[in-house]
Amino acid sequence: MNTRENSHATMRALTMRLDDETFAIDAESVREILEVVPVTRVPNASDAVFGLINVRGSVVPLADFRVLFGMDRREATEDTRIVVVEVRLDDERLVAGLLADKVHEVVDLDADAQEAAPRVGMRWPAEFVQGIARRNDAFVIIPNVEKIFATLAAA
Amino acid sequence: MTEASDTFRVEAAELLDTLQAGLMELEKTPGDLGLVDSVFRALHTIKGSGAMFGYTAAAAFVHEFETVFDGVRKGRTPASPALIRIALGACDHIHALVQSPDAGDTGGEPILDALREAVGSSTREPKMAAERASAAAPVPGWRVRFRLPSDALILGTSPILLLEELSAFGPCDIRAIIGGVPELGALDPEASYLGWDVTLHADVPRESVEDVFMFLAMAGDDLLIEPLDAAEPGTVGLHAEDGEANNLSVGHAAPANVQDAATGAGRSDGGNGANPARSFRVDKAGTSLRVPAERLDSLMDRVGELVIAQARLSQLASVSTDQNLKSVAEDMERLSASLRDTTMGIRMVPIGSLFGRFRRLVHDLSHDLGKEIDFVTSGEETELDKTMIEQLADPLVHLIRNAADHGLERPDARLARGKSTTGTLRLSAVYAGAEVAISIADDGAGLDAGRIRAKAVEAGLISADQALAESELFQLIFHPGFSTAKEVTALSGRGVGMDVVKKTIESLRGSIDIASRPGQGTTATLRLPLTLAIIDGLLVRVGDGCYTIPLAAVEECVELPPETAVSPKGRSFLNVRGALVPYLRLREIFRTDAPADLHPKVVIVSSGDTRVGLVVDQIIGNNQTVIKQLSRLHAGLKTFSGATILGDGSVALILDVLNLVGSSQDGEDRSVGKSFGRAA
Repeated sequence: MNTRENSHATMRALTMRLDDETFAIDAESVREILEVVPVTRVPNASDAVFGLINVRGSVVPLADFRVLFGMDRREATEDTRIVVVEVRLDDERLVAGLLADKVHEVVDLDADAQEAAPRVGMRWPAEFVQGIARRNDAFVIIPNVEKIFATLAAA
Repeated sequence: MTEASDTFRVEAAELLDTLQAGLMELEKTPGDLGLVDSVFRALHTIKGSGAMFGYTAAAAFVHEFETVFDGVRKGRTPASPALIRIALGACDHIHALVQSPDAGDTGGEPILDALREAVGSSTREPKMAAERASAAAPVPGWRVRFRLPSDALILGTSPILLLEELSAFGPCDIRAIIGGVPELGALDPEASYLGWDVTLHADVPRESVEDVFMFLAMAGDDLLIEPLDAAEPGTVGLHAEDGEANNLSVGHAAPANVQDAATGAGRSDGGNGANPARSFRVDKAGTSLRVPAERLDSLMDRVGELVIAQARLSQLASVSTDQNLKSVAEDMERLSASLRDTTMGIRMVPIGSLFGRFRRLVHDLSHDLGKEIDFVTSGEETELDKTMIEQLADPLVHLIRNAADHGLERPDARLARGKSTTGTLRLSAVYAGAEVAISIADDGAGLDAGRIRAKAVEAGLISADQALAESELFQLIFHPGFSTAKEVTALSGRGVGMDVVKKTIESLRGSIDIASRPGQGTTATLRLPLTLAIIDGLLVRVGDGCYTIPLAAVEECVELPPETAVSPKGRSFLNVRGALVPYLRLREIFRTDAPADLHPKVVIVSSGDTRVGLVVDQIIGNNQTVIKQLSRLHAGLKTFSGATILGDGSVALILDVLNLVGSSQDGEDRSVGKSFGRAA
């Protein structure tokens, strides 16, 4: 995903809603967006990666970022989508699904409007947030997906 | 050419393995002429293919090696251990020459000198024998007429090489039989139409001549070998009217005469077990074909997808009333199961191919360490997935080195302890349910539990007063931070530590376990799944989730008797025909809150000689399970070894029986690791 040098350019991102926050994920890493499919619960796994789904014959872990960002888990609604992303983790390809309450659109986030995540004053772990962008006078959270998955993999 | 060259290199490596195995067998039974012949066959093929692919240094060296070794073949020189050791060194040298052909042959001559010395003065004798033969010439020779099968050229046979081999026996009169050549319009440039009529003036046994054609399936009229009648000069060639063809063939044969003249005519007899022109090997059991492993992998993937699609079809058919659909679905099920088995079979390789390499290793270790080692192997026929076998080589080498270096004592120490001076190293493989158990056992001093504990405390791995079972203590030697100073010798300093061994085994979904008794020896047991791809599974339901249990680990399914069903959490036992079997309630382990079934079932699984019952809500049935690895995000879960996709497209987790059995054994001592009670 994008790192610091991307902050000098525009970032094409997929925006989605979790609770009442807007999240943006690098569009490059998004493979597809699925309607809600049957989820197999993985006993004793962390709530953040609570299940497995079948994506075209592959078994893919399903993550719920709500858990990581201090929000309550909730039942799927008709707006709920699964965003399948592909990231690199220690030189290995990792494909995972992310639950989104609603998927909005693909936008170009302006570099000037992005800033690094503040170290304090947030209700979630600072290392999970890569930056905050401003769009239409609202804040958009850019999660550090690689870092989040690396943390989950180490758990 | 590079591809052919690669093929040759792979082939040469295998042939060298054969050669080494033969040499070491020969050390045990020096008089076995069959073995000597097999050694020669390997040598000869390396020489032939090597020369063909431009590995001239290797071919030249092998040629000399062959010449010198001929004394053994003729039975003049016994295959003494010293001779075998030099010959093994020569194998290494050949290997080096094949792997880096451009480096040139340096250091080959001392080996040959040593070899010549060990064999005695026999190098000159074959020549003398040949001279005697040609001087006396009581037997005029042989008349050989042969016609190659039409596909011989496509299969890589070169008639020139055959003729060269024949002409190496002595003076030849070679005529081509061109009667079979069709009109130009009907001529297939890749087919072989020619026959040859060779009059060989040399006193060689009939078998030697036959050996030239050993690897060609020719019989009857295609190959005639008749003794040359002294009265008949041998120029009868029925179709040999064409002088041009005659010249052509002789022209080809001439350089061979020159080349082989230095060796003497007596050498090549019977050494021609393999046709040097073959680019892949053909054995008596049938044709074998070399296929790149990645093609097999992609085949396996496709079969995996097919199996999933078939499961969906079967499910559709089961709810349909269409009899035709049902019958097609049944056919598909049968076909895909057999396709799966066949594909798996292709990938399965007997572990004996690996054991052969270790024989050489132990032989060298024995010599270098000054310890007499009896290397005993069993279960060579046990088959494992090829990928797995390749990855097992390094860990096993390390364990064998360890056992020879640190496990076995020196002969004097053994004598002092009242043991035979020869130490024994046992390498064995056996099927154990869905797994293969490979164990390396020595009858040496055993692990020093006290010293391991001291080292572990020193390295800060455990606290000084920490209570540990012996098996747990032994597991510490696999810890990356654990190494004892004495262990660093020239032999074990290969950069592969015991932690790497363990990591490799675990990456193959296997486990490693150590058992040891002071003064009696140490046994390291590796347990590996049979395959990494597809298994038969038993589908069960626990709460609202479906899970698959590897069928090979399942012994039987029974009802959970109501009286035991009420016993509280902890260690519960089930009476199965008089034997007490501990059982685990998967509902509790999986923390499911879906309503329990009124009549729970127990699936009794086994790992090694340990049995455990798994209590489930419902047994659904058998299914073919394509194993999908869990992602890194779930890698920490030891209860599951993977996941699979069911007929309805949903995902089911595969239970890790080994781990469940292990955790039931550990009981309340809450160690989550993989020690499962094999410690003595």
